[in-house]
Amino acid sequence: MIRFALTLCAAMVASVAHATVDIKQVTSPGGIKAWLVEEPGIPFAALEIRIRGGASLDLPGKRGATNLMMALIEEGAGDLDAQAFQTRREELAASYGFDTGDDVVAISAQFLTENRDAAVALLRDALIVPRFDQSAVDRVREQVLSNIAGDAKSPGAIASAAFDAAAFGDHPYGSSLAGTADSVTALTRDDIVIAHDNAITRDRLYVGAVGDITADELGTMLDELLGDLPAKGPALPADADFALMGGTTVIHYQTPQSVALFGHEGIERDDPDYFAAYILNEALGAGGFESRLMQEVREKRGLTYGVSTFLVSKFHADLVLGQVASANATVAQAIDVIKAEWARMAQDGMTQEELDRVKTYLTGAYPLRFDGNADIAGILVGMQMIGLPPEYVVNRNDMLNAVTLDDVNRVARELLRPENLHFVVVGEPEGLEQAAGAPE
Amino acid sequence: MTRMLAVPFLFLGLAPLEAQTAILTASTDDARTFVQGNKTVTVSAPVRIGDDVTTFTLDNGMEVVVIEDHRAPVVVQMVWYRAGSADEKVGQSGVAHFLEHLLFKATDKLAPGEFSATVAANGGSDNAFTSYDYTAYFQRVAADRLPLMMEMESNRMENLRLSESDIETERNVIIEERAQRTDNNPGALAREQFMAAQYQNLRYGVPVIGWKHEMAELSLEDALAYYSLNYSPNNAILVVAGDVQPDEVMALAAQYYGVIPPESNLPPRLRPTEPPQTAPRRMTYTDPRVSQPYIVRSYLATERNTGDQKAAAALIYLSELLGGSPFTSALGKALQFDTQTAVYTNAGYDPSSLDTSTFSLSVVPSTGVSLSEAEAAMDKVVADFMAADIDPAALDRIKTQLNAQEIYALDNVQGRAQRYGAALTQGLTVQDVQDWPQILQDVTADDIKAAAAQVFDLNQSVTGWVVTEKEQAQ
Repeated sequence: MIRFALTLCAAMVASVAHATVDIKQVTSPGGIKAWLVEEPGIPFAALEIRIRGGASLDLPGKRGATNLMMALIEEGAGDLDAQAFQTRREELAASYGFDTGDDVVAISAQFLTENRDAAVALLRDALIVPRFDQSAVDRVREQVLSNIAGDAKSPGAIASAAFDAAAFGDHPYGSSLAGTADSVTALTRDDIVIAHDNAITRDRLYVGAVGDITADELGTMLDELLGDLPAKGPALPADADFALMGGTTVIHYQTPQSVALFGHEGIERDDPDYFAAYILNEALGAGGFESRLMQEVREKRGLTYGVSTFLVSKFHADLVLGQVASANATVAQAIDVIKAEWARMAQDGMTQEELDRVKTYLTGAYPLRFDGNADIAGILVGMQMIGLPPEYVVNRNDMLNAVTLDDVNRVARELLRPENLHFVVVGEPEGLEQAAGAPE
Repeated sequence: MTRMLAVPFLFLGLAPLEAQTAILTASTDDARTFVQGNKTVTVSAPVRIGDDVTTFTLDNGMEVVVIEDHRAPVVVQMVWYRAGSADEKVGQSGVAHFLEHLLFKATDKLAPGEFSATVAANGGSDNAFTSYDYTAYFQRVAADRLPLMMEMESNRMENLRLSESDIETERNVIIEERAQRTDNNPGALAREQFMAAQYQNLRYGVPVIGWKHEMAELSLEDALAYYSLNYSPNNAILVVAGDVQPDEVMALAAQYYGVIPPESNLPPRLRPTEPPQTAPRRMTYTDPRVSQPYIVRSYLATERNTGDQKAAAALIYLSELLGGSPFTSALGKALQFDTQTAVYTNAGYDPSSLDTSTFSLSVVPSTGVSLSEAEAAMDKVVADFMAADIDPAALDRIKTQLNAQEIYALDNVQGRAQRYGAALTQGLTVQDVQDWPQILQDVTADDIKAAAAQVFDLNQSVTGWVVTEKEQAQ
C-alpha cells in the first residue's frame, strides 16, 4: 500500500500548478538545495525530504531490507535507545515520519518554532547515527512479518502482488518492497546497516520546506540535519520491462466481493504528450463521478461503489492502472463495461465538451491543492523529484489549456490499448475465465 | 461512510486529538435583519470568539459558524444535520447513509449528478459522510464560488426529487459499498458483531452502513420519510471555513438558508439509553480471512457532555497513558518491550459522541503467545496501572503534545470546521468547543485515576477474540 501511495503522490504533483505560493530556492552553506515557502502565520514548519533509490536498492536476496531499515529509524539513535528517543520526541511535540517507496525513501517532519533546534538535532541523530539495536530489529521484524501475513489475505494486496509479479518479473517492481516472510526472517543487523548506507545519501536528495522558517534558518538547518550523510549511493536499477499481455488472471479466494486490478503500459512523465494523457485519464476514470467509468459502472448500473484509473509514472516503468470491486456475481459485467469504455475512448476519443469540462475542473482545482504546510512541502519535493522548475506552478494551467482535442484523441488512440488490458481478479467471480495473456 | 472513498495518501504526522485553541474574548453587537424577496430574515447578534471564529443563528433556527483562515483563497462549506444512523426508524438501518447518496440526485432545479458536476466545473471537490449522530455535506472551492455552493446546498435541503430508478441503482451501490467496507473485511465484520454485543439498546449497536438484509429492502418512501423529518434549517448547522469575512457569510446565509421555513414538527432527539450492564460479555469471531488472531476489550465510557467534559478529558489521558505510544505507554512497555507478548497494542477512546461512548484496549499477540495468555497480560497491565502512581513526567508530555496539537491543527482549516460541526451535532455548544483545550490542560493524576476506576468494570465490558480457526480460541 505504501508503494502505491508514493507513486500516486508523484502522479498527483503533475496535476498541480499555478499557485499563489512564493517558492524560494535555497542552497545551504554546505551546498544542500531545497525549495521553501515561508508561511510565518502559524509557529511551526513542515519538512518533506525524499531520497531516490528506495526499495529498488535492496541487494539480491535481501528483499525488504530498506523497508525494515526505514521502520527502524525511529527506534533509537546515538545515546538514546528506542524508548528514550521517543520520550524525547514526545517532550518536543515534534512528529517524524519515515516511509519506503519503490524508488524513494520519504522523511517527513513537523516541529514547533519554539524548540526547532532540538527537534532537528533529534531527527539528525535518527538519520545519521541510528542504533539498529538487535532487540529493535527483532521486534520491528515481527511487526513487518505481521503486515506481510495480512497482505497474503487481503484481496487488494493479492491482486497487486500478482499483477506486479507478472508485469515486472525479477525487477524490484515485480515483488513487494516489504519482502517475503522468508527474506525478512533472514535479514541480519548487518543487512540493515548496509541498507541504511545505501538508501540515505546526499547525492539524490530533495527537500521541500514550508512554514515559520526563513531561507537563512533553513540553510543552517539543512547542513546540521543532512550535512553528515554519505556523499554517494549505489547505482540505481535499470528500467523495467513490462511483460504482461492482455488477458484475465483469476485468483480464487473465498470472499463475497471480487477485487480487480487492471492496466497496461503507460506514458513517461516527461513525454510531450503527458498533459494530453493526463486529461484523457481524468475523463476516462480519474475524475470521480464525472468520469466515464464511474458514470457507466456505478451511476448507470450500480455495479460498484468505486472504479478509478491512474497514470502511474514510476522512475523505471510507466503504467495506466485501474481498480474496481464488484460482487462475485456482477464483476464479469463490470469488467465488460470497463473494456467497452476503454475501446470506445481509444476509437472515438472524447468530445470537445468533455475536454472543456475536464480542463475547467483541472485548472480550477489546482490552487486548492496548495493547502496546509505539510501538503505544500510535499508538492515542492515532488516537483523537484520529477525535474519540474518552480515556474511550473505558474505555467501549468496554460500548458494544460494548450492541449487540443486532436492531441487528446491522438493520444487516446496511441495510449489506450484495449487488447493489451490485463485484469487480475481476486475472489470467486462468476462467468469469468482465465484468459491467455500472462507470459510463459 | 462516505459517498466516495478518497485516494489513499501517505500517512503523515501525529494522530489528531480533539481540541480547539483560542481563549474566549466574546464581543457582540446588535442583531441584524436582511430582506430577501418578500421575506425578512433576522440574524442573531454575531459572537466573535478569539481571533478568527464567529457564530450567529438565523431566525429559522439554523446555527452558523464562520472560521477565518486567509492564507489561501479557498473556502470549505459544510452543512451538518443533527441526524445520523442512530436516528433511523427501527428496521430501516442504513437509510441515513442511503439518503446521503441520494442527495446527489435530482432536485427541482438540479438534474441528477448536476450538483457534483457543477462543483467540479468550478474546480471544486465535494463529498458527504454519515455517522451515528450526524450526516454532513461539504464542498471545497475557490472562495469566490461560495454563493453558488450555498445556492445549491440550500436547494437540496428541501427540494429533492427522487425516482424509483434512482432507488434501485443507488441501493445496489450502497450494497457494493457495504461489501467493500465490511463483507470483504473480516476485521470490520468482527467489529460489527462486537458493537452489537456492546450496545443492546442504543442504536450504536447497528452499523451506520446498515444490516444487509434491511438495506436490500430500503424504499423511496423510507428515504423520503427520513428526509422530510430531519432535513430542515432548525436541525442543521452551517460551517464556513476559509478566506471569508463573517459579514459576507451572514448576508449569504440569510439569503440562501434564511428563507427556508423551519420544520415545526421536529421531534426531540430522544435516544434510548443502555440498560445497566451487569455481566461481562464475550464473543469469538472466526473467519479464515483473519491473518492473525487478536483481542479487543471495550468498556462503556462517558463522552463529552455540554458543560461537563472533565471526565472525557481524563479518559483522553488514560488512553494515552495506557496505549497511546507503543514505546512509552503502559501496554507498549509491558507487552512489547519488557516482554515480547505482543506485536501491537493500543488503547482507544473517542470522546465525541451524543450518547455513551466506549473505551477500548486491543492486543495482537506475538507468534506463539495464546489469546488467553495475551488477555491475562493485558489485564495485568491495567491492574498494575491502577495500583501505581501516575508518572508526572508522562503526564507533562501528554499535556505538551495536546498543546502542540492546537498549533498544528491551525494548519488544517477543514479539520477545524469538522470540530465545530461534529460538536454541535453531538450535543455540545461552541462554548464547549472553546473550553475543551483548557479542560484538557487542567486534568490531574487524580482525575485520571477516578475516570479509570469508573471505566474498568468488567461487568460493563465486552471481550472479543478474533481468530482464523476455532483451535486458536482455546
